[in-house]
Amino acid sequence: MALDKSEVEKIAHLARLHIDTEEAEEVAGRITDILALIDQMQSIDTATTEPLAHPLDVVQRLRADEVTEANHRDELQEIAPSAQEGLYLVPRVIE
Amino acid sequence: MQWETVIGLEVHVQLSTQSKLFSGSSIQFGAEPNTQANIFDLALPGTLPVLNEEALKMAVRFGLAIGAEIGMRSVFDRKNYFYPDLPKGYQVSQLDFPTVGKGSLSIELEDGTEKTIGVTRAHMEEDAGKSLHEDFQGASGIDLNRAGTPLLEIVSEPDLRSAEEAVAYLKKLHSIIRYLDISDGNMAQGSMRCDANVSIRPAGESELGTRTETKNINSFKFVEKAINHEVQRQQEVLEDGGRIVQETRLYDSDRDETRSMRSKEVANDYRYFPEPDLLPVVIDESFVNAIRETLPELPDAKRVRFVEEYKLSDYDAGVLVTSRELAEYYEAVVARCGDAKLSANWVSVELQGLLNKNDWEISASPIQAERLGDLIARIIDNTISGKIAKTVFEAMLEDASSVDSIIESKGLKQVTDSGAIEKLVDEVIANNPEQVEQYRAGKEKVFGFFVGQAMKASKGKANPAQLNDLLKEKLK
Repeated sequence: MALDKSEVEKIAHLARLHIDTEEAEEVAGRITDILALIDQMQSIDTATTEPLAHPLDVVQRLRADEVTEANHRDELQEIAPSAQEGLYLVPRVIE
Repeated sequence: MQWETVIGLEVHVQLSTQSKLFSGSSIQFGAEPNTQANIFDLALPGTLPVLNEEALKMAVRFGLAIGAEIGMRSVFDRKNYFYPDLPKGYQVSQLDFPTVGKGSLSIELEDGTEKTIGVTRAHMEEDAGKSLHEDFQGASGIDLNRAGTPLLEIVSEPDLRSAEEAVAYLKKLHSIIRYLDISDGNMAQGSMRCDANVSIRPAGESELGTRTETKNINSFKFVEKAINHEVQRQQEVLEDGGRIVQETRLYDSDRDETRSMRSKEVANDYRYFPEPDLLPVVIDESFVNAIRETLPELPDAKRVRFVEEYKLSDYDAGVLVTSRELAEYYEAVVARCGDAKLSANWVSVELQGLLNKNDWEISASPIQAERLGDLIARIIDNTISGKIAKTVFEAMLEDASSVDSIIESKGLKQVTDSGAIEKLVDEVIANNPEQVEQYRAGKEKVFGFFVGQAMKASKGKANPAQLNDLLKEKLK
């Protein structure tokens, strides 16, 4: 399976990564190599293998439902690029 | 052409925990912006999620209530997309191994029949924050208080065939989550939100048509309107020879229309993958059984019991079990006065009417169940008539004293002294010789006139049955 330049550009856009045209060619080649490796792995029979959700063989610890966090808004907004009336400000996003 | 509508609903229910799904921040409604958004909720580097045990229990509780398969091993996944109110750049959700699998619930249709609606799954996920676009020059304001709030997304099978069925399903779901006490279900505050997948197909066709997803529906009324509107729109497109585009549409309640939403991403490619920051969640039989033991009697079972135990009609029982609070109120009234049928009428007509008129919750009813029970007891023992009871009921809103003292102080006690009633009847007969003649000549309709006159003379307090008997006898 080969990946072409336009697919690389689409994935880069979804991940909000900037890739210029020359780089896209090169990345397409590298991802194609990775896909070849995946194709090779696909040939292994995994019918009796449980899907692995996590490399560690332990289970999730649970937390009691308690409010443990205090309000640190002032400190947190001090390190934010922009804040006003308690809100974090970002470039306008309305469509 | 005859069309068949096919609807599936995705309902987001906000779980009523104290803290967030993966952090110890409060989820209380209405707090000042960002005062409940801490380092984890802001996705500062180095913070890690820890799952809220209560949220997991609530999800399992729901699963058990709809007879669903419970995921003994559930896995969280990342759903990736970029939006400023989602600081991590992904929403933690469950894709292949949700906590709640296939289940079902039944809805009652208007003609009285029941229909089973499949629930495909219910998975846990975190809510996003809120963006405010109004008041800032060239900027959007972000409030992350809601970010990380635990949600249960309940996905139905495409089993619903009309807007009415969709509303019935949603109401049933609302009733169940309230019975289970896992969410307040407040649609106006966004604790319960609904997206509707709607498609139509020629009647008799087995293949599904292309569907659209309508978002932003936040009341029972709007669900019905939004779906009917979308069905109408699709019919017009298809009958004009057009094609339905699979897309997300937004319901605008001000204009009562749905319109296409420009997509946030080029394609809805969320690139799900297992969340590496969370381990698989494994629960065992004893965990599930402990939850099963705390399940309350659910609306369907309660309805059946009300019909059997109190000899109510299926309809009356259905009205009384819509909310757990109402059902409990009703049972307290019955326990007090002993008459199940009369209690059902008073609770579902007079009390509900009062609550609806003032937009009061039953928990805030100014008349407690015990007082209503006392009032009904006075109808049963003939102290007052049903009609006078309504006057007392009104007075109880203003006067917190006992039912008996209100009846006493307002002089509303029913006249059952047959001597006194006889006197009234004699007077009415003596004062209206013309009507007496008419009645005796066979014009039986005039009887109502005498009852009215005598009742008026007693200021409504004469016992109606006694009055009728005496009148009949004297007019012979």
